[in-house]
Amino acid sequence: MSAASHDDVSRRDFLYVFSGAAAGVGVAVTAWPFIDQMNPSAAVQALAATEVDLTPIQDGQQITVMWQGKPTWVRKRTQAEIDEVRAMPDSELKDPEADQDRVKKPEWLVVIGICTHLGCIPNRDNSKQPGGYLCACHGSVYDASGRILHGPAPANLPVPPYQFVSDTLIRIG
Amino acid sequence: MASGHSNYTPSNGLTRWLDERLPIIRFANDNLLSFPTPKNLNYWYTFGAILFYCLVIQIVTGIVLAMHFVPNSALAFSSVEYIMRDVNYGWMLRYMHMNGASFFFIAVYVHMSRGLYYGSYKAPREILWILGVIIYLLMMATGFLGYTLPWSQMSLWGANVITNLLGAVLGQDFTQWLWGGFSVDNPTLQRFFSLHYLLPFVILGVSVLHVWALHHVGNNNPTGIDPKGPQDTVPLMPYYTAKYYFVITLFTIAFAVFVFFAPNLLGHADHYVEGNPLKTPTHIAPEWFLGAFYAMLRAIDFNLILDSKILGVLVMLGAIGILFIVPWLDTSRVRSANYRPVYWWCFWIFCADFAMLSWVGLQPAGTVLVQMGVAADGSPTGLNVTHLAQIGTLYYFAFFLVIMPLLGLFETPRTLPESIAQSVLKRGGAGTPAGAAAAPETRI
Repeated sequence: MSAASHDDVSRRDFLYVFSGAAAGVGVAVTAWPFIDQMNPSAAVQALAATEVDLTPIQDGQQITVMWQGKPTWVRKRTQAEIDEVRAMPDSELKDPEADQDRVKKPEWLVVIGICTHLGCIPNRDNSKQPGGYLCACHGSVYDASGRILHGPAPANLPVPPYQFVSDTLIRIG
Repeated sequence: MASGHSNYTPSNGLTRWLDERLPIIRFANDNLLSFPTPKNLNYWYTFGAILFYCLVIQIVTGIVLAMHFVPNSALAFSSVEYIMRDVNYGWMLRYMHMNGASFFFIAVYVHMSRGLYYGSYKAPREILWILGVIIYLLMMATGFLGYTLPWSQMSLWGANVITNLLGAVLGQDFTQWLWGGFSVDNPTLQRFFSLHYLLPFVILGVSVLHVWALHHVGNNNPTGIDPKGPQDTVPLMPYYTAKYYFVITLFTIAFAVFVFFAPNLLGHADHYVEGNPLKTPTHIAPEWFLGAFYAMLRAIDFNLILDSKILGVLVMLGAIGILFIVPWLDTSRVRSANYRPVYWWCFWIFCADFAMLSWVGLQPAGTVLVQMGVAADGSPTGLNVTHLAQIGTLYYFAFFLVIMPLLGLFETPRTLPESIAQSVLKRGGAGTPAGAAAAPETRI
């Protein structure tokens, strides 16, 4: 190498920075497909909305349907159950939310039946809360509106997006 | 210790030729045969070798199981049953793999306790200890991933609980990325299988670094003082290799008792029920070796600045993370608990505490142990497993964050022996007894 002039040094610096930056961008661009391949695939995302016929469901009965791989409850509440959850004071609720804001029609409760704690499926259980739910995993108790009363779960059972197609048919999703 | 003190001499032309090109025989000689080892190592120091043995068992049985297992949510459970019923010796290979995981963890807990007792994490062995903690973390990840593969009720719901744990801290987008969907499903199973196959080899790689670090600084020993010369050490071969052969034989006998006579003792009946995404088992239990951390997660049933759910996860992760800084939490300059009378008690209480937490983690949430009353709804109240978990969690953290830093300042250690050789001789070991004749062969 001959005596390095100022120009040589700055050209070399440019090459270092340029090749370093190009390599960095190249690694990032190449890495992305390897990361993104783990996200839900088109086939998984294409899961159709689930339609539920409400006619066979009796007063007080609850059915479970699958929506996006998640158990989703459709429950026809009795008048007594509705009255009870609507009379519940906010002080009893860990995540206060009015029952009116969680249902489209008072008798129909549609919630995703996955405990907001760590993803177990709570059971209908009257022992801790009449008409409510108990998660056997870690003891979270929900009321007949799917609202968390006590236990480790931080939030109410989520309400999925749904609409009444007719009086006897809902579409979830 | 070993580095730069090779005593290998090639014996013939071929080995001389090889030694100049790839000194692999020299490497094996220096590290496996003539490696100088403190002469006072007891049986607690054989568990490193046992752990390598366990890793080999898991990799070999795992590779052959993968020849029959199908990582697909529709077929995984039946392929495991196929292994159990139809594959030649499939039942034995699977029981070896299942119980091998448990024995691996038994050995690693003994190995880590040994390190805590004899202060093996103290300078200059911090990196050695940290590499060990990394291996332990990788083992837990591998154990969890393997638990999900049979796609049983326990697999499915265990996967649900653990992935939701991570989601509690890292968010819903992360969980969906991890699942490859909106719930634990086939994409989850396939990637878990791929990673379950990968991680043991990562463990092997980190284990090589772990042993490299060990052979660079040399073994700690029960006195915790450094060897002062050749009189304090013996070569690994045959003194400790013989010891390894003996304990590995004992270990294999215990292992065989489980594999052949009690293969499901450490398991759970729901592990033989096919996974059903619509029904959570009434009681989800982790594998016993994760029980302590699960207990700490469930101990946090109250909000404290943070929400109980996130706090619980942070406490659980913190319980593992705290192990990384143990070398800097312990302020005592004396390594071995044999010379630390107060630490000795704290250590054994810690072992009992960890055992209790491991047990608590497997009990159903809220199980009442000592009934003191009856709640309004008729259910019993009193001392329950959550209270035990809270007490246990408190001591776990106090041991590292309060006892370790403060004991070094307040504890008066016992007098250390002058040297390893002296401590060995004091116990009536080999050597010339004080009153023996100087030259017995001339005395007639």
